[in-house]
Amino acid sequence: MSDPTTTIESFVSQDYKWGFVTEIEQDIAPPGLNEDIIRMISAKKNEPEWLLEWRLKAYRYWLTIKEPTWHNVHYPPINYQGVSYYAAPKKKELQSLDEVDPELLRTYEKLGIPLEEQKMLTGVAVDAVFDSVSVATTFKGKLAELGIIFCSFSEAAQEHPELVRKYLGSVVPYTDNFFATLNSAVFTDGSFCYIPKGVRCPMELSTYFRINAESTGQFERTLIIAEPGSYVSYLEGCTAPMRDENQLHAAVVELIAHDDATIKYSTIQNWYPGDKNGKGGIYNFVTKRGKCLGRNSHISWTQVETGSAITWKYPSCMLIGDNSVGEFYSVALTNHRQQADTGTKMTHIGKNTRSTIISKGISAGHGQNTYRGGVKILKSATGARNYTQCDSLLIGDKCGAHTFPYIEVKNPTAKMEHEASTSKIGDDQIFYCNQRGISKEDAVNLIVNGFCKEVFRELPMEFAVEAQKLLGVSLEGSVG
Amino acid sequence: MLEIKNLHVRAGNHEILKGVDLKVDVGEVHSIMGPNGSGKSTLAQVLAGRETYEVTEGEVLYDGKNLLEMAPEERACEGIFMAFQYPVEIPGVGSAQFLKAALNAIRKARDLEELDAMEFLALVKEKIKLLGVDEKLLHRSVNEGFSGGEKKRNEIFQMALLEPRLCVMDETDSGLDIDALKIVAKGVNDMRSPERAIIVVTHYQRLLNYVIPDYVHVLVDGRIVKSGGKDLALELEEKGYAGIEEELRAGAKA
Ligand SMILES: Nc1ncnc2c1ncn2[C@@H]1O[C@H](COP(=O)(O)OP(=O)(O)O)[C@@H](O)[C@H]1O
Ligand SMILES: [Mg+2]
Repeated sequence: MSDPTTTIESFVSQDYKWGFVTEIEQDIAPPGLNEDIIRMISAKKNEPEWLLEWRLKAYRYWLTIKEPTWHNVHYPPINYQGVSYYAAPKKKELQSLDEVDPELLRTYEKLGIPLEEQKMLTGVAVDAVFDSVSVATTFKGKLAELGIIFCSFSEAAQEHPELVRKYLGSVVPYTDNFFATLNSAVFTDGSFCYIPKGVRCPMELSTYFRINAESTGQFERTLIIAEPGSYVSYLEGCTAPMRDENQLHAAVVELIAHDDATIKYSTIQNWYPGDKNGKGGIYNFVTKRGKCLGRNSHISWTQVETGSAITWKYPSCMLIGDNSVGEFYSVALTNHRQQADTGTKMTHIGKNTRSTIISKGISAGHGQNTYRGGVKILKSATGARNYTQCDSLLIGDKCGAHTFPYIEVKNPTAKMEHEASTSKIGDDQIFYCNQRGISKEDAVNLIVNGFCKEVFRELPMEFAVEAQKLLGVSLEGSVG
Repeated sequence: MLEIKNLHVRAGNHEILKGVDLKVDVGEVHSIMGPNGSGKSTLAQVLAGRETYEVTEGEVLYDGKNLLEMAPEERACEGIFMAFQYPVEIPGVGSAQFLKAALNAIRKARDLEELDAMEFLALVKEKIKLLGVDEKLLHRSVNEGFSGGEKKRNEIFQMALLEPRLCVMDETDSGLDIDALKIVAKGVNDMRSPERAIIVVTHYQRLLNYVIPDYVHVLVDGRIVKSGGKDLALELEEKGYAGIEEELRAGAKA
């Protein structure tokens, strides 16, 4: 195996016009996107040729398409040539928490994040008591005994190229949409997970525990494959607010469930939302899709979206296998100037396929929250059923909630149920709580958590508790 | 314990209370009676701290402290409880969870340990029986879909649970049938204590047959026009508010 650093150096010396700086500790590509940059990323990762070709095809396709405008989010034009598409993971080690932004620490405190984890999250050197690497190693050993593969995407491309090649782009092709195409060209890392036949993964898989965790927030790529009869529950993100220098995020997640397999995918998204006036904040354009390929397969998406200035994501299911089940449970919260356009798309292809959509949108401040959901019943999907419930909660009178359901039914045996509601937290409700000794903030939390409980109960227990606290923190200052 | 002096209150451009004076001491039960629209609920809500009402003049002292400066939840924590004339529905929030939040907030303010789920449940079950409230209501959202009678009884159940020092009951009797009225009256009588004061706001005197007040005040058009003992309620029942007003006018002329 050639040393990736020498590979890149020789590559760079061929063409110096972009002025690469390739010192070991500071390894950032200059802003801009072109084939050389993509070659550089691929070379850095020592990728097989076919993967580079795939990236380049995506890039060439991307050049021919336009950024979508159908969504209900507004932002100034993104200068894609102003973004740097590769930054080697650099660990900035701080000596103690005293060097960390006190505002951030205050939030950690409120979320009840233990001190050692706070250190880890902020890049403070951790001592031996909490050795995340050793935790992860034991964890990995256990999984390996069962034949489960759980590693970074880069590692998978090296160690399991046949699996990656077979499934990469099989759910979200590189032609899928503007942001997914961009991701396909420039993704830097992500997670890979493979559950062999008949294996029930004995623990919740979390990116948090992933060994070699890198700061890969910007263009992540995740691929999860569940072989027949297997089960996995995967957790993404954490409640701690994540700061990132990169404003543009475009992740892709692909799930594949074979016969009788179940994948539960839970997300807590809490990227930096920007300040009260909407300054800063992450633009989060995510493509997530699962294929229920096999009979009786089951994919369940649960998401709690509280962060980002802009959230654009529609975790979807393609219900191909007969009797397969797709679920989408979502809480999306927008406060201050945040905008979210989120929902799902359930495509029923196999017979007796079932889908459930529960969407809870919360808007406060000047937040704008859009639910966009599609249910498509193809001609082949005899006996398909869908249940959709879509609720909006408004806090204050400067925010907005919007609902765009799209329904397309091509088989007359389909059964569809749709319920929708919009409610407002009333002054009289707050006053009633106050009169019983409950503060305004606690009253809002009670009401909001009550509103979300059908979604929270889909989350793994610990995550659910954290999610509740997170909503409280995210809504701080939203009522007089 | 409670001292209201020359209280003027308005909502929007409408002056509702036009100089109310009232003194309530611990151990006493006062009844405020008056026709519809006279300002009874306004008075109750102002004591509880509702912000839609603007106090333009006067003061309210509670244990010698300026009550009007306190936030509604502080007042609740200091022991003021108002049973709402129209209890508010809070969909999605379980009654049990709501009560636990309330009880623990108040206990915390009193420097008492917060109750855990088991202790809380034991206490709730004990109190709920006394008021003939169906335990099933605990599993439902706060007041959501409760019948009128259930809502009113639920208020008194909460009052019993939270053990306030000053109870203000706003027309708790209206809409109750005779059996429910008796249960509510018993709940209130059980709470009578030398450490506690109770203000019963009502339009009719029938609750006062069961909860015998020490003092009765008649509120007409934002003013207390007459105060007396328990017999004043009976007199009102007989003559009606119009009768009392007429008498007062005649008295003023003479
Ligand atoms: N928030 C408000 N805004 C404007 N007017 C109000 C408001 N609340 C009460 N009022 C008016 O004040 C008067 C007294 O109301 P209220 O205190 O509810 O009387 P009561 O409880 O004695 O029937 C009524 O004329 C009512 O319409
Ligand atoms: Mg009234």
